[in-house]
Amino acid sequence: MDKSRIDPLKLAGAKPKGKRPYFLKDPDVERVLAVTMAIAQELAVVRERMDTVERILEDKGSLTQADIETYVPPKPIAEERGAWTQEYLARIMRIYQQEIEGLNTPDEPTSEDIGHELAQDE
Amino acid sequence: MSDTRNYDGPPDYRNVGLHGMSPETTHDEKARFNFLAHLNRHLASNVLPGVKKAYETRVAPHQPKPNHRNQVRKQLLQDPLFQHWSALRRGTMELRQQAGRWVTLRQAESLNSKAENLTKEDPRLVLNPDLKIPNYLAKIDHHCMPGSYHDEIVPGDVTGAANYDVGIFVTTGGGLGRFSDGGGEAVVAWMKKNRPNFAPKRILDIGGGLGQNVVPIAKAYPDAEVVCVDTGAPVLRYGLARAKTMGVDNITFVQANAEDLSMYPDGHFDWVQSTMFLHETSVKSMPRIMKESHRLLAAGGLVMHVEQPQYAPDMPLYEQAIRDWDAFYNNEPFWTKLHELDLDQWMVDAGFDRDELLHGGVAAVVDSELFPEHANDDVEDYGRKAAWHIIGAEKKAA
Repeated sequence: MDKSRIDPLKLAGAKPKGKRPYFLKDPDVERVLAVTMAIAQELAVVRERMDTVERILEDKGSLTQADIETYVPPKPIAEERGAWTQEYLARIMRIYQQEIEGLNTPDEPTSEDIGHELAQDE
Repeated sequence: MSDTRNYDGPPDYRNVGLHGMSPETTHDEKARFNFLAHLNRHLASNVLPGVKKAYETRVAPHQPKPNHRNQVRKQLLQDPLFQHWSALRRGTMELRQQAGRWVTLRQAESLNSKAENLTKEDPRLVLNPDLKIPNYLAKIDHHCMPGSYHDEIVPGDVTGAANYDVGIFVTTGGGLGRFSDGGGEAVVAWMKKNRPNFAPKRILDIGGGLGQNVVPIAKAYPDAEVVCVDTGAPVLRYGLARAKTMGVDNITFVQANAEDLSMYPDGHFDWVQSTMFLHETSVKSMPRIMKESHRLLAAGGLVMHVEQPQYAPDMPLYEQAIRDWDAFYNNEPFWTKLHELDLDQWMVDAGFDRDELLHGGVAAVVDSELFPEHANDDVEDYGRKAAWHIIGAEKKAA
């Protein structure tokens, strides 16, 4: 096989055929959102690796690269890690959670509104 | 201190079933798939319900009453929550493709030579290099998957197929089971329950790709000769290699267009089936595919197509608009049209009598110890939920 023809780094991120849709009012914001989520992904990867390292060290007191690569979390540990990822995502996606909660009270006054109201009370 | 909630999320990627063609994955690559499966689940279970609420509370009341799902979609496009959910969902699909492609492309040489060694001179791989890839597949890369099912970066390439195989876990949040074959397992369970005495001698799976759904069928009917037809050489090559390493030896993978299977005589198959395939075709090709299926079916045989539910009049327009998302924003262009067609009529036009038609519903059958049973849970990832409808027909015995 002609190895020079496959460049995994370049090809992994290749654009699919078909024009990309943009959804946000400002496409630049969408670009930044895409970069942010890719970084969030990589931070989750580092966190999972750190968790693996900690658990192996706790069990064995030492570790090798191979121990990390072949580590398979038993079910309760896998679930603990899954729950951590859910919590992590809940933190990152908080702005959406609060916007959704706000949909229940569309006429909620702002602090400024309440300030005016309280001033009139005096 | 650890979390005390009952965990209901995706399983660890390390639970995915391995076979002889599975790409190797490093610790961090597995972690990346884990994160992306969670992100998909988060978007479906935490953000998407908010999109519905936003539609009901701040979009619909201020817009003319829509009479078509496209109007709902255009109204939704103005809402910031729909915009963000869409941007994140599209971005997640792109991250998933990149993650899977990185895994498979960095080991392209070993994957391709493994496939070559497993399939070389095997009569169960029948390729046709002269086959024209139909326009509906050539014009766009389905699911934002660069190269789609058919492109080869180098001769003998199977990396695209391997990428598809490793990535389904992410898109469905682990909902299709160990071997991503929950659809095929569901079809088998339906047949065993509803047609317990059916003993097909020859089975045809059309648009079967790398065969992940036909493998459980071939296993359930070990005496049957199974043919998996697809237009893409890489998926077929990978599919045969994959099936062999799983100990399944009764499937032949044939490169052909399901619109013309004239190499098989009339009535050759006792069972013709497809799983999540029709939406990747076109209005022009569908009648030809259905006619071929009718022609190829033996008297007393059964044809069965598994698809996401149709846009029936009683399906709310909002739900239709969300189900359409993949058609417009995830490169599945025929999805929207297919789901509004009167499939019964198309089956009748293909030659079946109306009283031969059959309908049913199936949900992914997966190992519930390790995998959450998506079909029974509350998370509705419209259009991607592992619950499907069956449209089929039984040809009367002569």
